[in-house]
Amino acid sequence: MISQSPVLVVVIPLIFSFLNLLFGWWKKGFCYPITLVALSLSFLASLHTLNTVITSGTIHYYLGGWNPPWGIEYVVDHLNAFVLVIVSFIALLVAIYSKKSVEKELPEKIVYLYCLFLLQVTGFLGIVVTGDMFNLYVFLEIASLAGYALIATGEDGAPFASFNYVIFGTIGACFYLLGVGYLYIVTGSLNIADLSQILPDLYNSKVVLVAFAFFLVGVSIKMALFPLHVWLPDAYTYAPSAVSALLAPLMTKVGAYVMIRIMFTVFKPYFSIELIPVTSILGWMAAGAILFGAILALAQTDLKRMLAYILVSEVGYITLGIGLANRNGLTGAILHILNDAFMMLALFLVVGAIMYRSGNREIPQLRYLHRKMPFTMAVFVIAALSVIGIPPTCGFFSKWYLILGAIDAGKWVFVAVLLVSSLLNVILFFRCIESAYLEPVAEHASGGSELVIAREESPLTMLIPILIAGAGIMSFGVLSGKIISTIIQFAIPIGF
Amino acid sequence: MFDFILSKYNYWIYVILMMIGFYAMIGKRNLIKKVIGMNIFQTAIILFFVSTAAKRGGTLPIIEHGHGHGAHAIQATAYINPLPHVLMLTAIVVMVSTLGVALAVLIAIYRRHNTLEEDEILRQQQK
Repeated sequence: MISQSPVLVVVIPLIFSFLNLLFGWWKKGFCYPITLVALSLSFLASLHTLNTVITSGTIHYYLGGWNPPWGIEYVVDHLNAFVLVIVSFIALLVAIYSKKSVEKELPEKIVYLYCLFLLQVTGFLGIVVTGDMFNLYVFLEIASLAGYALIATGEDGAPFASFNYVIFGTIGACFYLLGVGYLYIVTGSLNIADLSQILPDLYNSKVVLVAFAFFLVGVSIKMALFPLHVWLPDAYTYAPSAVSALLAPLMTKVGAYVMIRIMFTVFKPYFSIELIPVTSILGWMAAGAILFGAILALAQTDLKRMLAYILVSEVGYITLGIGLANRNGLTGAILHILNDAFMMLALFLVVGAIMYRSGNREIPQLRYLHRKMPFTMAVFVIAALSVIGIPPTCGFFSKWYLILGAIDAGKWVFVAVLLVSSLLNVILFFRCIESAYLEPVAEHASGGSELVIAREESPLTMLIPILIAGAGIMSFGVLSGKIISTIIQFAIPIGF
Repeated sequence: MFDFILSKYNYWIYVILMMIGFYAMIGKRNLIKKVIGMNIFQTAIILFFVSTAAKRGGTLPIIEHGHGHGAHAIQATAYINPLPHVLMLTAIVVMVSTLGVALAVLIAIYRRHNTLEEDEILRQQQK
């Protein structure tokens, strides 16, 4: 049973998603506990997988006992296992959080929402765990389709935002599929390990070049890399709080994982760095993403939309690490997958809690929130400091490695971009913190005494995940050396 | 030049179809037309995969009286490649569900905005 853990991680949420539908028809109240059980089991299985990988190296799991390259293979190495644990843990936290917000925002759709929620998580986990190019496409589409449906359940602009996402997402997925097809024509294989052995002899073939271009554009659309990010802000702004808290930290990170896999495992680093200058193009696109994301975020007054643009800029950080293509840069990129997942989780959870209590998320309306929701706002400040990059929060450490990587690569422009973006983030977040924490002068002068404001802390099922996310941000910062020495230094692709 | 086009005509048809679909997805302002474009785009990819599997003179990849007669060697060149077909069966399922989700989303849009013209919806959203 235990030796099956790589497949259990994926199969458990899949099966429980349909159990949800069955039991949900009988009684709505079953859905929440079923979802929690499924995600807890999946999280335990992924922890066990990570532990096995750390102690005894890469796991190869043959589905149905069919050996690759004929059968589908699940390959779990340090990079997979690391992302796997992040995905399953964040999904569990969002599931705990979702109870109240779903009951308030979508009372009549609870059953379908949890069913899709688990399918979405299945998709993410499957993308991460698989070692087969076509299987990856199928899981990518499972994740995307569940995402389209989940986003469409949101507030007024949601269906239109979701439709734009459908169009963009389909273009991305189809480009990926074409890439798979082109590689299959020249190699006759779909297995990632097999492809990476066969491909080096074909690196000068035009078909392989076209396949690589298709992969890169397709994955960039899915992870919302800068000029292709246009679907993201609308979709994540209008989605229900629990859904945007699930999608925002995970979809982009899983996309970044796929990009690292394709660039440095399916194709060797020699191909992506020296043969064609993809990494330097990616670096410039990432620099554009970082700056434009932050600048566009400055123009927003809606807190959630501002966070969506910050997410665009955070995707830029990860891509910049990939684009630098040296040891420090990639360490920063992989560490930022963890850190950014938790930062975005904390921020979107807090916005959801503010929405739940006040029904409003315009930045000027945040007033007195530090007295109404002191713990929630404390986590908001921690996450904000982490996005800005102040030690000892975790955001500092990944930025530090990215800057080291940029210096190693001799790209001083990127160092400047990273520093400027930190300053922009200071402006962005202190705007929110100011309107939430500082009281207007006029009211002080007239009354002098304290206004009576009732404490309206978020409900416990929401507060606990928020606090865990905040604690995570602090502790990953302190423990970042340990995380790098036990996991990430082995997760960096061979050849660096 | 003409030979070059003619000898690979299946790829040319796939590229043309894909570009028609791509144009409709990006350029058309009516949401239903975008969905139709999406379908053409996806069908073009099916055509591409299936046509790569074809062989002149190839037959179905089923070995006659294969059971218990495994001694003689099998000529792989005599059979068309079944794997792209199998991949496309999965891809068709994905495409049907994408179409389903897209149409369901369109119904939700129509209920809220009472139109499927993109310009009209954007105008309503700006108010």
